[in-house]
Amino acid sequence: MFRLLDIELHKLKYSRSAKILTITYFILITFIALIASIEFDLGQIHFRLADQGIFNFPFIWHFNSYIAALLKLFLAIVIVSMMSNEYSNRTLKQNLIDGLSKKEFVLSKFLTVVLFSIISTLFLIVVSLILGYSFSDYTEFSIVFSDMEYLLGYFIKLLGFFSFCMFIGILIKRSAFALGFLFIWWVLENIVNGILTWRIFRDSDIADNIVQFFPLASMSNLVVEPFSRLNFIQTAASQIGSELDKDYGVHWYQLLIVLVWTFLFVFLSYKLLKIRDL
Amino acid sequence: METILTLNNLTKKYGPLTAVKNLSFTIHKGNVYGILGPNGSGKSTTLGMVLNVVNKTSGEYHWFDGKDSTHEALKQVGAIIEHPNFYPYMTARQNLALVCKIKGINSHKIEEKLEIVGLLDRKDSKFRTFSLGMKQRLAIASALLNDPEILILDEPTNGLDPQGIHQIREIIRRIASEGTTILLASHLLDEVEKVCTHVVIIRKGEKLYSGRVDEMNASHGFFELRASNLQKLESILVSHPSIGKVTNSEGLVTAILEEPMDAETMNSFLFENGIVLSYLNKRKESLEEQFLQLTNQTSH
Repeated sequence: MFRLLDIELHKLKYSRSAKILTITYFILITFIALIASIEFDLGQIHFRLADQGIFNFPFIWHFNSYIAALLKLFLAIVIVSMMSNEYSNRTLKQNLIDGLSKKEFVLSKFLTVVLFSIISTLFLIVVSLILGYSFSDYTEFSIVFSDMEYLLGYFIKLLGFFSFCMFIGILIKRSAFALGFLFIWWVLENIVNGILTWRIFRDSDIADNIVQFFPLASMSNLVVEPFSRLNFIQTAASQIGSELDKDYGVHWYQLLIVLVWTFLFVFLSYKLLKIRDL
Repeated sequence: METILTLNNLTKKYGPLTAVKNLSFTIHKGNVYGILGPNGSGKSTTLGMVLNVVNKTSGEYHWFDGKDSTHEALKQVGAIIEHPNFYPYMTARQNLALVCKIKGINSHKIEEKLEIVGLLDRKDSKFRTFSLGMKQRLAIASALLNDPEILILDEPTNGLDPQGIHQIREIIRRIASEGTTILLASHLLDEVEKVCTHVVIIRKGEKLYSGRVDEMNASHGFFELRASNLQKLESILVSHPSIGKVTNSEGLVTAILEEPMDAETMNSFLFENGIVLSYLNKRKESLEEQFLQLTNQTSH
């Protein structure tokens, strides 16, 4: 296992673009801290975002997982190109000739995906702890380490998304087209979602029940937007008379759906590699 | 003799097209083999199949004694197919270090192998800055890293300038002289003749000949004859038991021998039958004519 990881990391560590994108990604996660400095001065009203409780434990776990997950696109580029470059440089062929099996090849890529997800999650934990201890109103141990399921959600979300990237990298073979495909897929899911929700199944939950099985939708369901949980938004909502009752939890069946997709993407990558002549 | 690779009725179909048809041959340790055939005859497809990058349609092949899986066996094989494929952003040394990791061997031989192919002074240059000849030599160095049981080369001199071709051939010859088994695919007869001891000739995916290079030329030769009465000459030649096919092209009669016969015997035989020759020449086919004959025999 470490041999396979070692092989893949050897390929990545000499690639300048992969290095720049990865470093950018981790620096941007630390920039979540900058949100703390957002301030508005509207005459009488002095508004500082950090004071609105976004960095309060345990809410910070939810908030930071959501924001950090937005940045996953940077690593997605690295992963898509580490797959498709093997085709465009024809190095996949050479790897196989040198004695790597197709299974080992896919496994070495997937292990890298797992490693990226683990490092991202650990990094996020550290950043959140630092931010939380600096700004949170509550720092009791039991509060700090509650609601940690958002981190699990974040990890699985990254794992599923990166596996998806890995699969389309193999499927499309060209990194630019693969990223384009990823975008088109996202648009398609939204269009289908729109049609189901507003045309076919109006006024019922059926659309949501179907859409939650789509790959990208299932991943985004894992960590839903945290903004409407904030006090001032809740207050504003109740003032205009609308009640926000949204389910913010991370549920086991949502995790399961994404894990099934992850398995499918890895399995299909392998199958695709197996049937293709190089 | 120890066998290295065995092919048994290996077949590859691309849709309706059959690229390789029931190909069987065996490679023994210590010889230099050539797979010879025109472009598109299925050489690369055959190598692709045994190297695990092209899926076979039917048939069998196995490496060594057939106990290991193909990808395990390939760790003891050094192979280059067509273009040299490396990571353009890595240096020569980094690329070879990666190959060592894949093959699961120590990387201490990198410098030694770079020395063999004359690239030691460029070991820290990025692969993308290399010329085609250098890329090809790096590929050979990479194939040699594990001191392979067999070295497989697919058109190693394709696209190189004369100097590059010469360098590559010198390297191959040196490796062969050290006793490494070599399998060389080429469409250049001259190359195979210069380097190989055994040859497998394929055309349109079918095997036409396999055996030693020197035995390939083991025919009894042929006569080229000219006389004033060509019709009589031809009819008398056909009647002789040692003569096979007789052809006439523009006044020059060619008689192919099926048994050995020297020019003197031929001359006196014809003279006894009332024919006076104006031209007599006994020849053996060059390997090139033999090759063209072999590769053409099924085309019409």
